[in-house]
Amino acid sequence: MAVEFSTDRPPSPLKPPVWTWEVPLYFFVGGVAGLSAVIALAASLTGEAAATVAAARGVATAGAVVSPMLLIADLGRPARFLYMLRVFKWTSAMSVGAWTLAVFSGATFVALGLWWLAPDGPAWRAALAAADLTAAGAGLVLATYTGVLLGATVIPVWAAHHRMLPFEFGISSLGAAASLVELLGGFTVPLNRVAMAAAAIETALWVYRARKPGSGTQGPRTANHAPRTAHRAPRTAGLLSGPTALILRLAGLAFLPARAGAAAAAIAGSLLLRYGWLAAGRAKV
Amino acid sequence: MTKGFFTDSTLCIGCKACEVACKEWNQVPADGFVWTGRSYDNTGSLGHSTYRHVKFVESVRGGLPAWDFSSDVCKHCERAGCMEACPTGSIVRTEFGGVYVQPDICNGCGYCVVSCPFGVIDRRPEDGRAFKCTFCYDRQKAGLQPACASACPTESIQYGDLDELRARADARRLALEARGIPDAVVYDPTHTNVGGTHAIFLVRGPVTDYSLPENPEMPSIRLRGGWTSALLGAVVIAGVVALAF
Repeated sequence: MAVEFSTDRPPSPLKPPVWTWEVPLYFFVGGVAGLSAVIALAASLTGEAAATVAAARGVATAGAVVSPMLLIADLGRPARFLYMLRVFKWTSAMSVGAWTLAVFSGATFVALGLWWLAPDGPAWRAALAAADLTAAGAGLVLATYTGVLLGATVIPVWAAHHRMLPFEFGISSLGAAASLVELLGGFTVPLNRVAMAAAAIETALWVYRARKPGSGTQGPRTANHAPRTAHRAPRTAGLLSGPTALILRLAGLAFLPARAGAAAAAIAGSLLLRYGWLAAGRAKV
Repeated sequence: MTKGFFTDSTLCIGCKACEVACKEWNQVPADGFVWTGRSYDNTGSLGHSTYRHVKFVESVRGGLPAWDFSSDVCKHCERAGCMEACPTGSIVRTEFGGVYVQPDICNGCGYCVVSCPFGVIDRRPEDGRAFKCTFCYDRQKAGLQPACASACPTESIQYGDLDELRARADARRLALEARGIPDAVVYDPTHTNVGGTHAIFLVRGPVTDYSLPENPEMPSIRLRGGWTSALLGAVVIAGVVALAF
């Protein structure tokens, strides 16, 4: 009598991420806010129009308010959110990020307050400059560290792209930040340059990925390879913030309304990129 | 004094007394009743409300069906991914060498969940915090063995000083070889950045049959590459903005 026992492979032991919609939304908001602060610094230093500076500062501050709210809402025990600041650990990208957000929020509020009140005197100006620099520095971290956070996990599809995610998140946020400041504060030449550069870099990334499926992956091979469909949302996002935005920007040189379309594409692409990567990580662990 | 678990699955009879004792002692809530269809294993996996999980491994050995049992547990890694990831400092190393989640500090951020290469720790939905095997820290402090080790009727789960357990595991493997059982292996991944675990296992056949990863890596191995990419991104962004304005 032949006995057939099942010899199929046991399921993957890894646990899927428990994060919900607040987390990818925070990735987007934090990134846009952080790089708006960088734009605000550059715009103030070069004497850009008040509307542009105001829009950039506004986006940075709004993001500094919304971001902690999103993160707190995602916690299993939201009332304990301050425990994030009990310790600082280099080994935890989340610890670095929590502190960076705290510093960013503080600096942004101080900068907005000083800028709006506009008190006289070199000391106040120096304080504003310090706040702006701090916010910009923290903003650069804010826009890229979430890629480090995802990459430094055991989730195969995230771990495989740990060298690409931080850079990609940063560039995506740059295009979205410039676009949002444009839509709120007016279309200016420098903002167009920034957005076009971001779209060009995104296009290069998209072309590189499209030519070689699964390219840009590094890290240990795991028993369960993430299926190619896991990459579909991030690729669509890249298509929006890359070639679509770039083409519309180029068209916008002749036909101004196309710039608004480009801005929308960059913002949508940046948002979709975050949701796409979170979904990919949950899809097959 | 570093303590450890040595789970000798060649002695396990699949009775699940360890699962029951653990749940009773630690007041762990029930986590569902699901017929998995995987032999007598209806627990499924370790998780937020399962700290001991008996695996039932069906395979073919020498042309005949083989049925092995092994009680899985948190590995209490020498270098623990969950502990390195925890941003609140909730997860700590105890004086007994175990990895312990302080339930009064954990705020349920969930980062530990995606940092464990063995898929042990998880967030409990109704509670909000992360939970895993405590190594029966309270029993250890009272000089007792963990509940699972005490309950195991065949002494498949052994508790003691880690060095002694490692020696015992090697000796047991050699003894089995001498008795004509050549396929027993000791699972203690010292070759990866986890650096060995405080819960070692003796299993027959490939370790992957027991859902044990062959090369478990603590995810902080990817931090340098990640931060380098972030730095590159920051430099490019700053450069683009500086040139544009």
